[in-house]
Order: sequence, then C-alpha cells, then structure tokens
Amino acid sequence: MRAFVYDRPTAVGEAVAAVAADPQAAFLAGGTTQLDLMKDGVWTPDRLVDITRLPLRGILVESQQLKVGALTTMEQLAAEPVVAQRLAFVREALLHGASVQLRNMATIGGNLLQRTRCRYFRDPSVSACNRRSPDSGCAAVDNVARMHAVLGVDERCIALHASDVAVPLIAVEASVLVDGPSGQRRIPLTEFWVRADEGPSIENVLGHGDLITEIDIPLLPAGWRSGYLKVRDRASYEFALTSAAVALQMDGDMIADIRIALGGVGSVPWRAREAEDMLRGTHVDPVRFEQAGRATMASAFTVPGTAFKVDLAVRTLSRQLLTMTEAPR
Amino acid sequence: MKTTRSGTRAPSTQDQYTVDVFTVVNGAPAQWRVDTRTTLLEALRDSAGLTGTKRGCDQGACGACTVHVDGARVLSCLMLAAQADGRQITTVEGLAGESGLHPMQEAFLRHDAFQCGFCTSGQLMSAVCLLREGRAGSDAEIREYMSGNLCRCGAYGNIVAAVREIADGAGA
Repeated sequence: MRAFVYDRPTAVGEAVAAVAADPQAAFLAGGTTQLDLMKDGVWTPDRLVDITRLPLRGILVESQQLKVGALTTMEQLAAEPVVAQRLAFVREALLHGASVQLRNMATIGGNLLQRTRCRYFRDPSVSACNRRSPDSGCAAVDNVARMHAVLGVDERCIALHASDVAVPLIAVEASVLVDGPSGQRRIPLTEFWVRADEGPSIENVLGHGDLITEIDIPLLPAGWRSGYLKVRDRASYEFALTSAAVALQMDGDMIADIRIALGGVGSVPWRAREAEDMLRGTHVDPVRFEQAGRATMASAFTVPGTAFKVDLAVRTLSRQLLTMTEAPR
Repeated sequence: MKTTRSGTRAPSTQDQYTVDVFTVVNGAPAQWRVDTRTTLLEALRDSAGLTGTKRGCDQGACGACTVHVDGARVLSCLMLAAQADGRQITTVEGLAGESGLHPMQEAFLRHDAFQCGFCTSGQLMSAVCLLREGRAGSDAEIREYMSGNLCRCGAYGNIVAAVREIADGAGA
C-alpha cells in the first residue's frame, strides 16, 4: 500500500478544504471499498481525510421524506422502523447487500460512491482499463466477463455499478446534498451517476473536494407497496447477477402507478422508465410484464459472458411484478 | 509525534506517516504507534500480540478477522488502526470471563463447530453479536446473518447447531 498522511477533521468545512487543497487527497469513510483498492494498488491517495468523526450520522424522519446523514451505516438505515413501513424495498436491498460486518462499517454515502467490482479494473497489472486510464482499452470486453453491465455500456467499458440499495433509491428519486469548494448543492440521484457509454473514466458528477453530507429519501405514499428481488450465484453475501426494485400502487386489478429500477445490469443503477410507462394504468398481465422487461433490455450491449443477463433481467422483473401485484404487503 | 483522539484533530508532525492510536482492547487501555497504513487487524496481531484474530483473505471476503468495535461486529482487515482510535474493541481473547469460556465458546466445543479452527474466532465474534442483534430466530435466519463468515472446512451445520443451542437457551 502506498504511504499516506492521515488526517481527521471535526468539521465538514475543514474536511472539504483539506481535500480541495490537495489534488492527491481523498475522503475516507467506512473504508470497505477504499482499503481494498489501496491494498490492491489500484487507488493510491497521498492523503486520507477521515470523515468518520464528522457530525453526519443519524436519520431525521419528516412527513414526506427521510433525511439520512451520509455517515449513517447500512445497518443503521435498515433498522429504522419507518424504512420498514414506508420503504420496504430499501430495507430489503440493504439487508441483501454484503454481510452484517460490512454493513456495520459501510456508510450510505460511501455505498453510492462504491467503485466497480470489475476484476480487470481492480488488477493494476491489467493495463487495458478505460475506467482507470483513458484510451487504454477494456480487458473485460476482450476476456472473461460475467459480473458486468449490459445497459449504459459499450465496447469501451462494461463496468457494473454493484450497489443494491442505490436501485430502490433511484426508483424513489432520492437526492444527495453535497458540500464542496464552491458551496452546497443538491443533486437528484437520477442525475448523479455517469453512464460508462457517456465517458468510461467518469463515474459521477462530483468534483474534487465535493462531499456528500446527506441523502434525502422520499417516503412512498400510503397505499403503495414495494419489494426488491435479487438473483445471485449463492443465497447470501453475494453481488446481484440481476435485481429488480418495484414500488406500485394498485387500484383493484389495475396498476395505478409504478416505479421500477434494475440492478446488476447497468453501469449506473438503472431506472426503467419505459417499463413504468408501459405498465402504468394497465391491468395485471404477465405477458405485458415480460414485454416491459424486453423493452427495458432492448438496448443491451452484451459480450459472451454477459448475454445471459438479458433474459435473466426480464424474468427477474416479471417475477417481481407478479409478486408485487399479487398479494397486499 | 502525531496524536489523535476521538473528536479532535490530528496535529501535523515531522513524521507524517506515523499515528498514535489510543483504544481500549478487551477492557484494558492500549496505545499503539503505527504506520498510518496499519489496519486494525495488524495492530491487534502485531502491536497488541492478540493473534486470536485471524488474517484470512485480508480483503473483506471471509470474516476471519471479525472483531467488535463499540459493540458492533466489523472486519478488522478493512479498518485502519487510526480509525479505531478512541473506540472500545473486543477480540476473541476478550470473550472468556473469570468463570471460564463464553457460553458460545462452550457450545462450539460441544457441537464440534470447527475442524481446522482458522475461521473460528471470527465465527464466535459474529455469533455473539448475532444474539445481541436478535437474529437467531430460526436456522434460516442464523445462516443468513452468519453469511459473512466463511468456513472452508464446511462446519456450517455444526456452527448453526451451536448458535441455535445458545439462542434457545437465552430465549427460554
């Protein structure tokens, strides 16, 4: 691991200034992705500004939304009763991610900023990685891919955003509050991540020194139900091959309104608006569920190792739509 | 010398790659002067001499390095020693009391819940927290919430049986 200076400010402004002043500095939160990347030599900051003692923990429950401090851990957010009551798919996605030990460390802000699990990205001996090094190529496209993305990607990069909780969060249109060198601003998650096919080396819209301080999560209106279905290679403690976050409001046999996002398939957490439009105001119909899934996956870019994800994603969404439209939850 | 304490800023020093860490480990105050890169796992094993905590994968995948920090189970291989400054740490060496082994340790022995034993300290630290978290309601729940601890010998059935026995006893 490359040597680094360790600093631990106690105020947000101090932390932002410390990172902004040094191009080789970075924030350190839960560390579960960061230390791993530093051990692998993929990420080599000269200065770590530990933000874990900043006053950015805790959940404020308002009538229409949760204001979640960015350092709130995944376990803490999952344990919030209002999340179970009004955002069931957020709770399910949290508890289906990683392990308890990792969820006790990993912060919700850090979860949104996690780096791709692509094994070529994570191996510095691999030179062809457009995400790490622009215009160097993509080893994943040319070699063995499996845990990779098929939406929002092209032959330059097929890096997957592997977060579970980001999937329901983008479905409910959560937003982040960011403090940075130029002040404070709010960014909707729908505009936060940058697709790999729009620039493989840029992952999100944050600039150097920008710090997520809060995540605001709108509560689902009363009468909505939601759920998160995750398909993976083993029953627990594994990343998604595909996943579907669905929230909907039924009116008798009709889907009055609906939000859909898919995980395990996109270079960014994937909001499926075309599927929502196809299903809103329609009666429960498994054939239409599959058509909505097919429409979402129509733009998929696959390599031999990821071709299975198209059918699997369609079936994952169809199954979750059946579950959500069947029994009241 | 660079000194850090919970809630206070670390002053800059000549040796900017060294940090002093103050913790309480298994009830006793501990102070380590370590390279900033040192993980909590390395500090526990090499500075504190507590080698019960195991270095398995060293990348957050196996759970062998599980310890408690302020009562919550975490992976000590993915936490900097500097981040543990000011925290209360419990390792497997801190489970036994004056009257003998922790009930969970006794149960692991009774149920033969290990073969090579390398993952056992992590399994025990997770299992003790699992009970506190109230997540031992069924075998399925135990398996789900123990999934962060891998056992290459495959002693899972016996581990679940050991946890089950303590959970049932605690609930009776």
